[in-house]
Amino acid sequence: MPPVEDAVDLTSAAAAEAAEIATARKDILRIATAGSVDDGKSTLIGRLLYDSKAVFEDQYEAVERASAGGDYVNLALLTDGLRAEREQGITIDVAYRYFATPRRTFILADTPGHVQYTRNMVTGASTADLAIVLVDARKGMLEQSRRHAFLASLLRVPHIVVAVNKMDLVDWSEEIYEGIRDEFTAFAAKLNIPDLTVIPISALHGDNVVTRSANSPWYDGSSLLHHIEHVHVASDRNLVDSRFPVQYVIRPQSDAHHDYRGYAGSVASGVLRPGDEVQVLPSGLTSTIAAIDGPRGPLEEAFAPMSVTVRLADDLDVSRGDLICRPMNAPRVEQDLDAMICWMTDEPLRPRQRIAIKHTTRTVRAVVKELQYRLDINTLHRHQDADELGLNDIGRVRLRTTQPLFVDDYARNRVTGRFILIDEATNVTVGAGMLTPAHG
Amino acid sequence: MSTPDYRLSQLETLEAESIHVIREVAAELERPVLLFSGGKDSIVMLELARKAFAPARIPFPVMHVDTGLNFPDVLQFRDRRVRELGVHLIVASVPEAIAQGLVKEEPNGSRNRIQTPVLLDAVEKHGFTALFGGARRDEDKARAKERVFSFRDEFGQWDPKNQRPELWDLYNGRIHLGESIRVFPLSNWTELDIWQYIAREKIAIPPLYFAQERSVVERQGMLYEVNEFITPREGEQIRRETVRYRTVGDANLTAAVLSHATTVEEVIAEIAVTRMTERGATRGDDKVSDAAMEDRKKEGYF
Repeated sequence: MPPVEDAVDLTSAAAAEAAEIATARKDILRIATAGSVDDGKSTLIGRLLYDSKAVFEDQYEAVERASAGGDYVNLALLTDGLRAEREQGITIDVAYRYFATPRRTFILADTPGHVQYTRNMVTGASTADLAIVLVDARKGMLEQSRRHAFLASLLRVPHIVVAVNKMDLVDWSEEIYEGIRDEFTAFAAKLNIPDLTVIPISALHGDNVVTRSANSPWYDGSSLLHHIEHVHVASDRNLVDSRFPVQYVIRPQSDAHHDYRGYAGSVASGVLRPGDEVQVLPSGLTSTIAAIDGPRGPLEEAFAPMSVTVRLADDLDVSRGDLICRPMNAPRVEQDLDAMICWMTDEPLRPRQRIAIKHTTRTVRAVVKELQYRLDINTLHRHQDADELGLNDIGRVRLRTTQPLFVDDYARNRVTGRFILIDEATNVTVGAGMLTPAHG
Repeated sequence: MSTPDYRLSQLETLEAESIHVIREVAAELERPVLLFSGGKDSIVMLELARKAFAPARIPFPVMHVDTGLNFPDVLQFRDRRVRELGVHLIVASVPEAIAQGLVKEEPNGSRNRIQTPVLLDAVEKHGFTALFGGARRDEDKARAKERVFSFRDEFGQWDPKNQRPELWDLYNGRIHLGESIRVFPLSNWTELDIWQYIAREKIAIPPLYFAQERSVVERQGMLYEVNEFITPREGEQIRRETVRYRTVGDANLTAAVLSHATTVEEVIAEIAVTRMTERGATRGDDKVSDAAMEDRKKEGYF
């Protein structure tokens, strides 16, 4: 029978330190990992969680019991959460993990690596600030590593870390590390990866995961944890183009707030301030921001991803799906959309198909006008003769919508440049889209 | 509140994300309801809902599935909070469902499983299409897998191997008649985030969450308060201990933990160094198997 855990001594130095770390003001970094158990992905996550003390004793004991008989406690068992995953030893769907250091808190989307679960990997990577791509040092760059790097770049994850794992199994060979690093860097040059870092690690033994390892004196970069704690993300967001999609109209209709009419939503990009001259789309009417209400009252400014309520000086007709921007810096008002699509269902996407599209807070109908090409995500070859996109395929399409959308290119604005596709018969989300510049 | 580099703190980021989710549901789904038990997570969720629509009222009712095994403190708190906010409270009662023969009491006395049919019955009766729950992904490994908008079929069942893809913050709330969406605005919050937010926003919580001396018995390594729901079994010694509750579930199955914390700040200090998970330390009902939560969720549990 387990003993009852003792009460924490609140006067101890450890408690004081922990409380200080816990209450420090920190920001959040969202990370996605991709890979399968064979690459050591789960072991790496287990290691990060364990060494940052995000694994609790009861969880660890359960893992210890389950890995009885092996030489090591199988940290991989900390992550796979579904019965089917544990039975098959694979990751099927995204799992979210949480850990923190004194500098940052991390939300880690642990995503599957197999090609048949690409849609789940895309789900996990869509919100990431940083993606970790695992490469087995013994095998070098595989098709799978290329695919993961490509998907991260397609989704415009701003920072990519290649973790060259199992370095202990190649005797910490500098040549092997450099070979993989150079090959990956050459491949990345063909993609859109603004920040690439390659780190040699052993997830099993913890080398270069939390602290620098004595086994790699030739490596002068940071440990993985140090890197993700310090990576600079402030400039990743668009603070230039003010975009505020109206999500919900707040009208209290009470005596105390008789004339209150506020437009609630999340700031997509840019900075909004009271006094700003603004334009409302699609009407094109202009007004001035009278006030911005945040969760704790009036604000001097609002920026992404804050959820606020904007009040305008003039009584305009504004509803959900409208967009507030600056008159001299408006998004494109478009019915013809060119986009890269990641298709996520068995029934293929074909030209002339009708579909619903959800973009910011606006949902409209669309028809697939043209499939321009299907991309081979392993070779990056464009198959221009493709006549459909199957499950997990990626391709470029042109859509025509029944109503205009207010769009920017995904490369410039991750919020107003993205959309999802919904099958109107099944209601299932069947695709993810990223807008590209029109090309004739 | 802004910083020169326009970064939000972790609590501000989580708050913004939750408010976005709550507003999206109110905008897209016809009949939402928020599950409110008077426990700390649902208190924070209700506070976020208040902020999402202020200065207007919360535009949907709240519902409590009352197992009949609730701590009286918590029920009092529930009723007071609902009055303060002027929201409508719907109570779906498990004891009534037992009396009507809708469900049968389980031999072990746990009403954890039988509350699911009562929940589903109330959902059908009121025609709710979206149900806000205060579950967090850090609570359990099955929950770690669940989407923010979790689609449920007409039987309220979760199909973990066939979840809708969920991209960015573009949530898909489309359903057919009879189907519903479970929505988890606190998905990305951890236990510590909840407590820090309670401290920061000075949110009132039931007194149970703070340490006080209580009469307890030790059962399978956990301490249960002796009260109308727990009577000592043969061989169990009643003793006095200073304890607090880390979670608030059914009073017959929720254990207390040894503690000296009498303020929110002290609770945070304790949680920051504790080496046991919230559910592992306090819930008899989660110890059944490695997949206890996954199995219950497939049946329609939250």
